[in-house]
Amino acid sequence: MRTITYRQALNEALAEELERDENVVVMGEEVAEYNGAYKVTEGLWKRFGDKRVVDTPISEAGFIGMGIGASMLGVRPVMELMFWSFAYVAFDQMINNAGCVRYMSGGKIKCPIVVRGPANGGTNVGATHSHTPENFIANTPGLKVICPATAYDAKGMMKSAIRDDDPVYVMENTKLYGESGEVPEEEYTVPLGVADVKREGTDLTIVAHGRAVITALKSAEVLAAEHGISAEVVDLRSIRPLDEETILTSVRKTNRVLLVDENKPFCAVNTQIATMIQEKAFDYLDAPILRLNAIDAPAIYSPPMEELQLPHPEVVIEKALAVCK
Amino acid sequence: MNSAIDHATSPINQQLSSEGKISILRDIVRIRRFEQAALKQYTAGKMGGFLHLYNGQESVAVGTISLAGESDHIITAYRDHGHALAVGMSMNECMAELYGKATGCSKGKGGSMHFFAPDKNYWGGHGIVAGQTPLGAGLAYGLKYQGLKGACLCYLGDGAINQGAYHESLNLAALFDLPVIYVIENNGYSMGTSQKRSSAFKSCLAERADGYNIAWDTVNGEDVYEVRAKTQVAMERAHEESRPTVLEISTYRYYGHSVADANSKKYRSPEEIKQYQEHHDPIVLWRKRLLEEGVLTEDQASEMDKEAKAEAKDAVKFAEESPFPEPKAILEDVYYEVDQGTEAGQTGKHFFND
Repeated sequence: MRTITYRQALNEALAEELERDENVVVMGEEVAEYNGAYKVTEGLWKRFGDKRVVDTPISEAGFIGMGIGASMLGVRPVMELMFWSFAYVAFDQMINNAGCVRYMSGGKIKCPIVVRGPANGGTNVGATHSHTPENFIANTPGLKVICPATAYDAKGMMKSAIRDDDPVYVMENTKLYGESGEVPEEEYTVPLGVADVKREGTDLTIVAHGRAVITALKSAEVLAAEHGISAEVVDLRSIRPLDEETILTSVRKTNRVLLVDENKPFCAVNTQIATMIQEKAFDYLDAPILRLNAIDAPAIYSPPMEELQLPHPEVVIEKALAVCK
Repeated sequence: MNSAIDHATSPINQQLSSEGKISILRDIVRIRRFEQAALKQYTAGKMGGFLHLYNGQESVAVGTISLAGESDHIITAYRDHGHALAVGMSMNECMAELYGKATGCSKGKGGSMHFFAPDKNYWGGHGIVAGQTPLGAGLAYGLKYQGLKGACLCYLGDGAINQGAYHESLNLAALFDLPVIYVIENNGYSMGTSQKRSSAFKSCLAERADGYNIAWDTVNGEDVYEVRAKTQVAMERAHEESRPTVLEISTYRYYGHSVADANSKKYRSPEEIKQYQEHHDPIVLWRKRLLEEGVLTEDQASEMDKEAKAEAKDAVKFAEESPFPEPKAILEDVYYEVDQGTEAGQTGKHFFND
C-alpha cells in the first residue's frame, strides 16, 4: 500500500469531499492563497477556486459563527483554526450556538459543520498556543470531537466528519502532520465512535488518543523487548461518540490498565475512561487503573522541559511497570 | 430634517394596501396582548426563567418584517416574542414554550429567549448578547452561496454593539459583500445602563458602520412608514448589490430589561415611561394614522383589540392544558444523527448517563 503523510491524508479528504459535495466550503485563516499555515489545504484554492476555498480575516468568533449560520441553511463549512487554542475567542459561537441551537429549537435546526486544526503541545510555542480542549468539547452534548492519530484515520475520519450532520470538531496535531502511514488509493471512510486496537497484547491495556497513541506504541515496544510485558494499545480515535466496548473488551482480556492522555489531569478524557472502567469492569481489574497526563501546569516554553511535561515513553514505561507490578 | 419627510409617500408605502396597513396594526396589537397575557402568567409563577418583554417596541419588528419575502431571513436576540409573532408563529406555540410545555415551538427546550421557526425563515431567539450577529452574517453568506436573492434581517439591542462578535460580523459582512441588515433596536438601555453610560459614540450608534464602509441610517421606530421606507432601502441594497446595512431604530421598552429586573423603576423615571406611552406608543400612533387615513374605523380597531385579547387568552388556556415534555425528551434533539437513527447516530456512545 502507498504511504503518505498525515497532512497529505487530510488534504486528500478535503479535496475529495469538495469534489463530492458542492455545499462543502473550506474556510479559515490563510487556507486559500497562502495554502494553509500548516499546508493542510495546499493546492485546494487553485483547484476549487474562490467560492469553495475561502480566506478569512483573523476573526475566529466572526468567521466560525458565520460558518455556523451558513450551515443552518445547508452550506457545509469546514473551518480551519490555525491552532485549536484560538477556539477560545470563538467559544460562544462553538458552544452556545453550534452546540445548543439544535436542542433549543426542539430539533428544528441542524449544524453540519466541521471545525478542524491542530490541538497539541510539544512545539515550544508557549501556553497560549498549546491547548488540548478535547475534554472541554466532549463535555458539551450536541458536539462531537475526534482526535485521529494516524494518516489512515485522519483521512477516513475527516471524510466521515464532513458528511456528518452534527457539528464535528477535529483535533489534529502539528507533530503528526509530517508522519507517514499507509493510506489506500481507493475511497474509504472511518466511522466516528469506533476505537481501534493499534497493537494487540495480553498483559496490559494502554488507552490513548491523538499523539499519545504514538507514544504508547513506542512504549509498548520497549515494554515487550526489555520487560517481557505484552501491552495492547487501544486508540480511542473518537472521544465523543466514544467506543466503550472496545476498551472494555481489552480490559477484560488484560486485567490491567494505563490511560495515557496529553490533556491536563483534572477532568481529562482519561478521567471519564477510568470512571467507566471501574463501573463496568471492576471485577476484571487486577490492579488500580493508573493515569498519565501532561504535567499539571500551563505548557512550558523551554524545549527540553516541554518534552518532559508531556507523556513520553520513559514515564509511560514507568507507569506501565507500576500497573504490572 | 427627517421629521419633515412624510414617509407615507415612499414607493414601498404607496404600494401598501389598506388591508396591509390593517394587518400591520393587527400584528402590533397581537404582540402587545400576547405579552401582557404572558406577563400576567409569569407574575403568577406559571413560568420559569426570564421574560424579556418587547412591549413598546412592536412597530420595529412588525414594520421591518412586513417587507420580508420568500428568501429573506430573520434572526434576533433574546427579546424575541415580537419577531416570532411577526413572522407568523402562533400564539399557542409561543405561549406553550413559555410554559415549558411539549407543544411549545421548541418543545419546551428553549424557553422565552429561544423561539425558532426555520419553516418561516426565523432562526431565533438567541440568549447571548450579540452572539446571533455572526449567525446573521452566516445566513446571508448561505443565501449568497446558494445564489438566492435574499437578505438576512439580524436584530440586536443597543447594548450588543459593544460586543466583539458584532464588530467581527460587520467586518465580514463588508469584506464578503453579504446581504445582511443589522437592525439595532435602540431602546436606550443596556439592561440598567443608559446608552450614554455604556457606549462611546459621536452622533449615534449606527455611525460605527462608517469604519467598515457599511451604509447606515437612523430610523424613528414609532413611525411604521419610516421603519418600512428606510428598511426597504436596505433590503434593496441587499437584494440588488449584495451589500450590508446598519439601521439604528430608536424605540422604547415599557418594562425592565426582563420582568425580573429589580431596578427597572430606578434607572429611569415613571415620567419618562409615561411620556412615551402617551406620545410615542406605536399602537396609538399607527391606529391614529389609519383612522386619519380612513382605512380603519374605531369599531374595527376595538374589535381587533378584542380579538387579540381573546387569542392571547386562548393561548394561555392551550398552554395550561398542554402536557409537559416526557422525561425521555431530555435526550432528544441533541444530535441529528441520533434522532434520525442513522448509522452514524448508532455508532459509539453519544450519551454518558450510564
